[in-house]
Amino acid sequence: MHSFTKDQSSWIPNGQAGVMSLLRPLLLDVVPTIQQTAALALGRLANYNDDLAEAVVKGDILPQLVYSLAEQNRFYKKAAAFVLRAVGKHSPQLAQAIVDCGALDTLVICLEDFDPGVKEAAAWALGYIARHNAELSQAVVDAGAAPLLVLCIQEPEIALKRIAASALSDISKHSPELAQTVVDAGAIAHLAQMILNPDSKLKRQVLSALSQIAKHSVDLAEMVVEAEIFPVVLTCLKDKDEYVKKNASTLIREIAKHTPELSQLIVNAGGVAAMIDCIGSCKGNIRLPGIMMLGYVAAHSENLAMAVIISKGVPQLSICLSEEPEDHIKAAAAWAIGQIGRHTPEHARAVAVTNTLPVLLSLYMSTESSEDLQVKSKKAIKNILQKCTYLPALEPFLYDAPPNILKHVVGQFSKVLPHDSKARRLFVTSGGLKKVQEIKAEPGSLLQEYINSINNCYPEEIVRYYSPGYSDTLLQRVDSYQPLTK
Amino acid sequence: MKCFKKFLFSVVDLFRKKEYDAAVKIQSWFRGCQVRAYIRNLHRITTVIQKWWRSYLGRQEYRLIVKFASCAMKMNFYNAMAVRIQRRWRGYRIRKYCFNYFYLKEYLRAVSETNDAIREALEEFAEMKEREEKKADLEREEKKRDYQARKMHYLLSTKQIPGVYNSPFRKDPDPWELRLQKAKPLTSQRSKAKPKPCISLSDWLACTSARSFPQSEILPPIDRKQCQGPFRDITEVLEQRYKPLEPTLRVAEPIDELKVARGEFRRQEWMRNVNDNMFLPFSSYHKNKKYIPLMNSSSKYGPNSYGSQHFRDENPKKWICDKDFQTVLPSFDLFSKYGKLYSKAGQII
Repeated sequence: MHSFTKDQSSWIPNGQAGVMSLLRPLLLDVVPTIQQTAALALGRLANYNDDLAEAVVKGDILPQLVYSLAEQNRFYKKAAAFVLRAVGKHSPQLAQAIVDCGALDTLVICLEDFDPGVKEAAAWALGYIARHNAELSQAVVDAGAAPLLVLCIQEPEIALKRIAASALSDISKHSPELAQTVVDAGAIAHLAQMILNPDSKLKRQVLSALSQIAKHSVDLAEMVVEAEIFPVVLTCLKDKDEYVKKNASTLIREIAKHTPELSQLIVNAGGVAAMIDCIGSCKGNIRLPGIMMLGYVAAHSENLAMAVIISKGVPQLSICLSEEPEDHIKAAAAWAIGQIGRHTPEHARAVAVTNTLPVLLSLYMSTESSEDLQVKSKKAIKNILQKCTYLPALEPFLYDAPPNILKHVVGQFSKVLPHDSKARRLFVTSGGLKKVQEIKAEPGSLLQEYINSINNCYPEEIVRYYSPGYSDTLLQRVDSYQPLTK
Repeated sequence: MKCFKKFLFSVVDLFRKKEYDAAVKIQSWFRGCQVRAYIRNLHRITTVIQKWWRSYLGRQEYRLIVKFASCAMKMNFYNAMAVRIQRRWRGYRIRKYCFNYFYLKEYLRAVSETNDAIREALEEFAEMKEREEKKADLEREEKKRDYQARKMHYLLSTKQIPGVYNSPFRKDPDPWELRLQKAKPLTSQRSKAKPKPCISLSDWLACTSARSFPQSEILPPIDRKQCQGPFRDITEVLEQRYKPLEPTLRVAEPIDELKVARGEFRRQEWMRNVNDNMFLPFSSYHKNKKYIPLMNSSSKYGPNSYGSQHFRDENPKKWICDKDFQTVLPSFDLFSKYGKLYSKAGQII
């Protein structure tokens, strides 16, 4: 009997027929080891496949498990909690089935058990159930799990801390009320202390939990900040583990996006420099929260955008823009650059000198870019161009920009040229005036007005000289000229 | 004749009429001149009056115009001065409070300084972590090599036979040789010496700590070398070794047991006593009146306290100690070890 169940527990079965009906009576066996092994086998089967998990639910095994969970010894409790976790992880319906058979109360009782292994298994199961949607999270919280999970976090075993932190993160991610419940149980102080722990998997979960709490509202973000996570969280940005970096940058992003004061706090603590270094040191999706954080900080006010610029953020973002293969990361970088450059001519100049604008233009024009990327790069270009007075960066745009962007470029020229004589000279010598003459615009449109105002800055001869077809008209005049014969 | 008179009369009449008309003309002309002169005079006078009146009105008007013009000039001047002040103030306010350029520059400089400081600190931190990791790696390597050397200790070279790592063709022995020299040989049973925690208990007391005291396991055999001598019976030894804690009387009592016992005593007395008042030596003891003694019972040096303060003869110099008799005493452990030691003292043979 014993060995039979042990064999079964390492199967990967092809047909589920009858497995449940075989295992179910073994659960009621007299020998406790057989019960435990049968429960373990059920757990492994349910873990592998969601059809098997459904079969577990349909086979009415759950009520039996829940009933005996309350009474048996700790090994059985661990195995039964494993089964519940394995069933609950696949889909919200299965998790709802678990909640319906009253497993939550027994799992919460298991959370109060003395053995840390039992607590871990129960917390894991609760975390997987709460992960799916807000109603299930609410059910878990209503069963009273939140204060017990906070107690579990304070236990000395690292594995238990990890699982409890991940369960809290799954609970608080759905809605502000759930996050508030977790905060009311006193989670923030303990989570903030655990940021200093050297274990990297624990840090991942803790940072993820804090970011899920902070993302919902300004008050929650302020409470997270009051737990004095800065500047300790910046050391997590230098961690070896990629996901710790990602979760740390997610946390900082969620805090920065709410109000200018919170962004100011992060800038004052030196968070922007740390984030830029972090972006430089990782690749791919890990960078994405960091890029978004820079965009949020720069979006709030021009002083903060200037702070991002002096921390050398723009070169890093343009590297991201050109290097990254994925479109959504490029779109995020384009958006962030747009937020930095849109405030004043100083900001636009700082963006333009790094030669980012041609890259943005090429992304906008390329047919391979996704629609989101095109929209974001167009907005970024538009916003920056409306403030850009740095003419050397604008000149390439005259040549290869589409008409809707050309309008803005020519508009900027028409604003700058009337006042700056050196710029006028440069404009002529670099061939810009020639290009402007070649632009065909409908009379009465905005573009035509801009072209006229540019032409008015120059003496007529030059304008005529550079107008297209001038050489033809000159030659015609030569043809029709009658020399004065004496 | 009538005709002539008629003719004369008509001529005279006509002449008279002519004269009359002339006279009337002259008179009317003269009257006209008179009247005209009068009217001229009147006109002149009226003009003078009107002239003076108009000049008066004009001067009034002029004064008003001047007043308003001066007011307007003053107001313009004041406005211009006020605008000057306001301009200065507005410039100052904007430059100091709304957009303080120098403060902004300062702030950005401070931010970049903080950034540099944070970057340095983070670099240091990363370096420290790397160093720690390297150290841990090195230590692990060391331990591994040490363990290997201990396992291979038999490859050490002897005086006769040079070992594998001590080839005679080398100038210096291989570093492994030195390591082998330093290593202590590994015994084969070293890996089994770790104690196994017991897992077969189901009550919560055993579950709480991983270091549960093994209560029913037999100790591992001591087989390094046979100990010499007659030994006690193993059951006796085990009984002695695993005896549960029996604290002595003194330890088993609470630390303030004397106070508690006295309190208990007092409570029992309170229960038993009918009357709570202290027994006074004589009936007027509680009265505080100063007692005027008889001349007979007072001595040269003050009243004798015998008979008023105490009846018994007390001689404090004879007392052994100055404490009163105690009714409750702490326990002493004369007999706590009775029958619990190895020695057979006290046992009935």
